[in-house]
Amino acid sequence: MSEVLDRPEAGAALKVVGTRPIRPDGVDKVTGRAAYGADFAMPGMLVGRIKRSPHAHARILSVDTRRAQALPGVKAVVTAADFPNLASEEYEAGESASNLRDISCNCMARDKALYDGHAVAAVAATSAAIAEEALELIEVTYEVLPHVIDVEAAMAADAPLLHAHLYTQGLETRPDKPSNIAKRNRLERGDLEAGFAAAEAVVERRYVTPAVHQGYIEPHACVAVMAADGQGQVWSSSQGQFMVRTYCAKVLGLEASDIRVTPAEIGGGFGGKTTVYLEPLALALSRKSGAPVKMVMSREEVFRATGPTSGAVVEVKIGATRDGTITAADIVLKYQAGAYEGSPVGAGSMTALACYDIANFRITGYDVVTNSPKVAAYRAPGAPISAFAVESAVDELAQTLGLDPIALREKNAVRDGMKAAYGPTYRNIGYVETLEAIRDHPHYAAPLGPNQGRGVAVGFWFNVGGESTAAVHVNEDGSAVVVTGNPDIGGSRASMAMMAAETLGLPVDKVRPIVADTAAIGFSMLTGGSRTTFATGMAVTQAAQKIVADLKRRAAQIWDVAIDQVEWREGEALRLDKADTPPLSLAAIAAQSARTGGPITAEVSLNAGGAGPGFGAHICDVEVDPETGYVTVLRYTAAQDVGRAIHPAYVEGQVQGGVAQGIGWALNEEYIFDGEGKMENAGFLDYRVPVASDLPMIEPILIEVPNPRHPFGAKGVGEVPIVPPLAAVANAVARAIGVRMTSLPLSPPKLRAAMDGR
Amino acid sequence: MSQPHKTHISAVVNGDPAEFLTDPGRTLLDALRDDLGLTGAKEGCGSGDCGACSVILDGRLVCACLVLAAEAEGKRVETIEGMAEGGVLHPLQQKFLEHAALQCGFCTPGLLVAAKALLAANPDPSESEARYWLAGNLCRCTGYDKVIRAVMDAAADMRQARVA
Repeated sequence: MSEVLDRPEAGAALKVVGTRPIRPDGVDKVTGRAAYGADFAMPGMLVGRIKRSPHAHARILSVDTRRAQALPGVKAVVTAADFPNLASEEYEAGESASNLRDISCNCMARDKALYDGHAVAAVAATSAAIAEEALELIEVTYEVLPHVIDVEAAMAADAPLLHAHLYTQGLETRPDKPSNIAKRNRLERGDLEAGFAAAEAVVERRYVTPAVHQGYIEPHACVAVMAADGQGQVWSSSQGQFMVRTYCAKVLGLEASDIRVTPAEIGGGFGGKTTVYLEPLALALSRKSGAPVKMVMSREEVFRATGPTSGAVVEVKIGATRDGTITAADIVLKYQAGAYEGSPVGAGSMTALACYDIANFRITGYDVVTNSPKVAAYRAPGAPISAFAVESAVDELAQTLGLDPIALREKNAVRDGMKAAYGPTYRNIGYVETLEAIRDHPHYAAPLGPNQGRGVAVGFWFNVGGESTAAVHVNEDGSAVVVTGNPDIGGSRASMAMMAAETLGLPVDKVRPIVADTAAIGFSMLTGGSRTTFATGMAVTQAAQKIVADLKRRAAQIWDVAIDQVEWREGEALRLDKADTPPLSLAAIAAQSARTGGPITAEVSLNAGGAGPGFGAHICDVEVDPETGYVTVLRYTAAQDVGRAIHPAYVEGQVQGGVAQGIGWALNEEYIFDGEGKMENAGFLDYRVPVASDLPMIEPILIEVPNPRHPFGAKGVGEVPIVPPLAAVANAVARAIGVRMTSLPLSPPKLRAAMDGR
Repeated sequence: MSQPHKTHISAVVNGDPAEFLTDPGRTLLDALRDDLGLTGAKEGCGSGDCGACSVILDGRLVCACLVLAAEAEGKRVETIEGMAEGGVLHPLQQKFLEHAALQCGFCTPGLLVAAKALLAANPDPSESEARYWLAGNLCRCTGYDKVIRAVMDAAADMRQARVA
């Protein structure tokens, strides 16, 4: 194993944390052996397929499955009638609450199809060809209804209504009519009017961002089997096996103990695999057919029926005095939720001004249902959208005032002890350090050529903790196993093994981390919210600390001394009262475990609080082709406070990957719907995510302001990096062409038109 | 439904003779994954846009989802499963690990096969050449930075090994 100590000053205290070992699951993943959702197979397995609504909004008058069921080779057909009609019930899951009835109805439409691609029936057959033929034989009678996708059109009083029962929450008085506005939220501080009266420069703009998809390369996939005794098993690719178990149990009306979920390797999630689409259907088909059922989505289905994140309109009015002190901000955010309520507008509102110390502000958010796929979490859900608006406006404010954009942000920056716009008081944050890092970086002073521009933007994400379980088992030869319940999306097995190895005093290659199924480890919330290295890492470390305490007790027993005469150092027990006693290694103690109390093992379950919020500051250089309007990203530098990088290479990878997704959002990506509400670009050819030739190297700067509430100082790192790039790119383009672009993506035709209008 | 006529295919897969029966419309990707149990090549799109199913067919880099299984008759197919030789990782595989050039790992087999084809065609690619060659392989996790570094580093090592 190659091991490079890249930070010798940290290496003095820590031997494993902060190094870059090869990840424990690496060889499986470079040899094709790692088994993802679609790679699992069972004998006698059937193929499941889904019949989807071709209408964006329609009442389902009837579903006739008789001809499909009669087709030889078809073993089961299910519709909404095969699932319990659940009552509306909020269920707290990870980053946000979900409504179980909505999850059920999203998996299988009941009464109404609410978007093009909404599932209306599913079949299981002995081959894919037969299953697809069966779909054609299912006769669905629809009453097509007017549809609405644009967020502001959906808010209009005369808009087609998606849900007759939906009344806007969060208003001063209960509305007397249903609406597509599910909720209004508001954050306020100070005196807005006085704040704007004190302002000497005001920027007021309306910003538009399209819906974009998480774009994980692995389509959703699962195998499910329901045995005759009512015991179900699921193998699936998701961000949380416990989440899959809970949702399947609820949607099917089963007990959690009736379902065991084994996590497959996950081929990307970015928040998009924090819910279920296929698993309950596969279980229902298996229950009906008596055989295992495999379901794998096509890419078109992934685009039409999963994810995306909200399209939005954000209005910003922001004012400052001549010296750059921001005196007031008024922000209105309108986010698409898709077919069911629950857009990330709450997080978008809370993060909108999280980097700024502003005396007077008002932030108003609207969660709006629309005839498009129900949105799913996407990396810092909601935050990139509000940051695009606020960071664009702040950049324009800097231009108006003739101030350096970094200096303007430093002047108004939040610091330790200040109260965040969303409530709590900041502690141990490293925001100003990220601004200083980009200000002092050679990139910021590098010369620019013609048609080139440089943009700066900042971003914030809360990061979360939450419930996690971890077990550490010491093997008979002194090596160890770390067991957690969090799917490894981007290298978390490595960081879990490293934190355990550091605590036990073992080399990291003596610690094997595994991700266990729902019957093999205690509950853990899903992998999301940048919580795994923080919360599950805390559980791992505490379990390893329990092992160390146990090892000291055992060593004391072997030596027949008091436990306070034993110290654990670098993987060995040392006897303090007789220093010449040879130390007892972990292996030596493990070999005698039967005589000191049996197997050496510890499990810790906790609900981690105290996650440290994360901040990032980015610089982006672009060149805009004056002929075509095509934008080339020339250079990108991203500073981020990461608390403590457990495995710096994978932390850098999170930063680079988040930036790349943000650049895609800024330049290329968007959901395009036709007049009937059908997605026109449901494939990677027309929904263009960044490819290798679109991007430069992305330089991460890791700032380490440790979080004292984590044993090694870690903060979540995965989400912050997607927050600044939308504005960083747009600000660079604005400075390159001299026109402020307020609508994403910054596609060549839009830029051409803007340049023609100069 | 009448059973479609199946064709018997003989090919050489990762150096070994392989045989399977296939429907005329079946893709090489499905045959590799479902008939031969070689699930290293992934289906990310089924339309040749993502490159996760990249394999080398008679020396040419192809998307296995765009090739009919029947087209493999008499041909050599190289997949990710054949890249390490006798338990020793190919330099590209080793460099991907050392550079942390993968996160979820789903696109990794396709990227590795495509990178191998690149270095066969051009042992000394510039960064730009590597980026354009690999532009057919989508990776959503890494932003490509560490992927490109790993490919360039492996290329340098392989050139040195050839000289030595």
